[in-house]
Amino acid sequence: MPLINLRRMEKKQSGIIRSVKVSGELGRRIREMGLVPGTEITIQGRAPLNDPVALRVMGGTLTLRNNEADYIVVEIKNS
Amino acid sequence: MQLTMALAGNPNAGKTTLFNQLTGARQHVGNYPGITVDHKEGQLHHNQRKIILTDLPGTYSMTAYTAEELVTRDYLIKERPQVVINIVDASNLERNLYLTVQLLELGVPLVIALNMIDVAQDRGIDVKAKVLGKLLGVPVVPIIARSGHGKKELLDTLLHVAEEQKDWIPRDISYGDDLDTTLKELEAEILSAKLFADTYPPRYIAIKYLENDDQILAKGKEDDAVTAEKLERRVEQTASHIHQTLDVYPEAIIADHRYGYIKSIIRQGVVTHKFDTDRLYTSDKIDKVLTNRLVGPVIMLCILFVLYQFTFSWSEAPVVWLDAIFGWLSGFIEKTLPDGLLKSMIISGIIDGVGGVIGFVPLIMFMFFGIAILEDSGYLARVAFMMDRIFRVFGLHGSSVMPFIVSGGIAGGCAVPGVMATRTLRSPKERMATLLTVPFMNCGAKLPVIALLIGAFFNDNQAQYMFLFTMLSWVVALLVAKFLRTTVLRGAPTPFVMELPPYRFPTLKGLLIHTWERTYQYIKKAGTIILGISILLWALMTFPGLPEDQVALYEQQRQTTLEKSSPEIISEIGSEPKQLSEPAMVLSQQLSHINNLKMEASLRHSIAGKIGTSMEPVSKLAGFDWRTDIAIIGGFAAKEVIVSTLGTAYSMGKDSIDKKESLGQRLKNDPNWNRVVAVSVLIFIMFYAPCFVTVVCIAKESSWSWAFFSIGFNTVFAFIFSVAVYQIGMFLGLG
Repeated sequence: MPLINLRRMEKKQSGIIRSVKVSGELGRRIREMGLVPGTEITIQGRAPLNDPVALRVMGGTLTLRNNEADYIVVEIKNS
Repeated sequence: MQLTMALAGNPNAGKTTLFNQLTGARQHVGNYPGITVDHKEGQLHHNQRKIILTDLPGTYSMTAYTAEELVTRDYLIKERPQVVINIVDASNLERNLYLTVQLLELGVPLVIALNMIDVAQDRGIDVKAKVLGKLLGVPVVPIIARSGHGKKELLDTLLHVAEEQKDWIPRDISYGDDLDTTLKELEAEILSAKLFADTYPPRYIAIKYLENDDQILAKGKEDDAVTAEKLERRVEQTASHIHQTLDVYPEAIIADHRYGYIKSIIRQGVVTHKFDTDRLYTSDKIDKVLTNRLVGPVIMLCILFVLYQFTFSWSEAPVVWLDAIFGWLSGFIEKTLPDGLLKSMIISGIIDGVGGVIGFVPLIMFMFFGIAILEDSGYLARVAFMMDRIFRVFGLHGSSVMPFIVSGGIAGGCAVPGVMATRTLRSPKERMATLLTVPFMNCGAKLPVIALLIGAFFNDNQAQYMFLFTMLSWVVALLVAKFLRTTVLRGAPTPFVMELPPYRFPTLKGLLIHTWERTYQYIKKAGTIILGISILLWALMTFPGLPEDQVALYEQQRQTTLEKSSPEIISEIGSEPKQLSEPAMVLSQQLSHINNLKMEASLRHSIAGKIGTSMEPVSKLAGFDWRTDIAIIGGFAAKEVIVSTLGTAYSMGKDSIDKKESLGQRLKNDPNWNRVVAVSVLIFIMFYAPCFVTVVCIAKESSWSWAFFSIGFNTVFAFIFSVAVYQIGMFLGLG
């Protein structure tokens, strides 16, 4: 299965997070919301100007800016 | 004996709803000293026991990154409540349990309130509370906070746990071989050095050292520098080892294992899904329209416009009633008290001051009611989501849009509720930048000045100029925000990782409590200070008063005028008929003109007048004469005052009484004024120090140093801008 950056994912695409390579406040924020390796995510949509992105994670919806999504590598499920 | 309990949980887990459900109206809001995080306390009785319940701020975690999280942690450690209620959203169990795990590691006596079991069931999620409780080793009570379902069982469980009076028993969670070994060593070191011995469990401290927690690291250094040094060195060894072998940070491993622990529990038959998890919920269907890339922004503009209309049109009637009440009160004092300082102080200092405070109340109530609807329904998070890309360019946050619009982004708002609306921003730097720039917007009180000057000098294109100045306020506010974010508020943007909570119908009770809280805080905190400043400004514009000989001069003029008229006409004015005869009208106008001249002279003679006059050499650089200076000083009380003060100041020096000139015409004919001066004055008035009600609100929302910063910075900025406009304009001969 291909590994790609979360920023590159398209709407409706699903995948499993493989790594989150960032520390400090951003890293902690990303992790505490459940974006840790092994978690399944689905892209729900993007804001009018293509940024931020909305994801479905563990039954909830989260938003991330594209430059924050850059740190997250996802293994695509249904490409 | 009364019991103390605390309520903790994620934002959007229904914490406030449960708090309101448990305590009803018996609650009050307080601030933790030094920070602006609200702290609500309420009380309730159950089985003849009195319970004091503290509502902790909503957090996802307990690290040291935000004020909310620090407050939660410090409260638990310092106050040691007998029971902590952890409210958990059953429809979003995994993420909510992340905080629970951290509470368990701290060892607080815990009861889990498993909320929104109805929402979870609708989504086909069935959570077995008993199994979850058994696996976590703490009581789990299913509830529906909105309806009050499960409230009795929850309270029974709370009393039961409180009566057991258990010691704090920290839970050990395994973080994998590498970290566990390090943790054991750190723990031993902490235990032998008795570091944090009375407050935190040693393993908890060890974990915080691995997580690089600023607050704990600093406190450790302060208490025992030698041990702290040893601990930090050990952590560094492990960190570099892990980084080399696994290419991750210890804090990432800790988070992974916490979620691993949660997943292992949930997989043991805690959650069963009745149907496919990918199915669209109602909330997602709504989002398909409301955050649609084309339709979404249009709908958003409509909703914001409706909110704006609701706030400013519907609050108009109560504002007018309040105005009438205070006007009647002034009239009453005017008639009953003899002329003099006391009367003037009561009318212009106290009644106008109290009126000024109370006059904003309907506005604040309506706006917070509107914002509470948007916030409680979950829409505000969508607004932030859609607007973030634009506002981020200027170092702000998507949530900044609301305060800007309320403050006058659509001309005619008010910065007071605008400043208060910045509370919806959770990122501190973005919030400060918003707070400091919203006063640049064209509030309703600046509009009369803008209308006056545009009417007088740009009569042909009024609408275009009005639009131009509204746009200018946006451009300036955003650019200044950018400037502040690259200088005094420098720093990386706060992460936008944000939850879009499912749409919910707000409860009326929740909305009313929310609205009342904010309004009451405004009256209580801002009210007294505003009254004080109002009296001070009155004194500035009154004292030292006209010297005796000048008063006599005006009295003499008055007598001469009266003598020239027949007694019948004088008595006609005295009897106050509805319609005055022609000669009586002339006399009355002459008398009021003399009175205006006297007021003008005494204004010039006042402290404010002297300041205005002495500022003239400087303000001339921007084309302002001393009359404008006085009006600008008066405008600090409230921008409405600018027009009336200009009116008083420009009543002087006109001999022709019968020539009824409007203030606008008078300015136009004045040799000191021209188009360039008008634009320069307008720009200054739009951007200089906010009115002091706003300043007090800024102080209450942040600190007095920021409030003074906003007075100084805005005034200097506005002056430089005005000077530039005036000098360039005059140089180009546009006047």
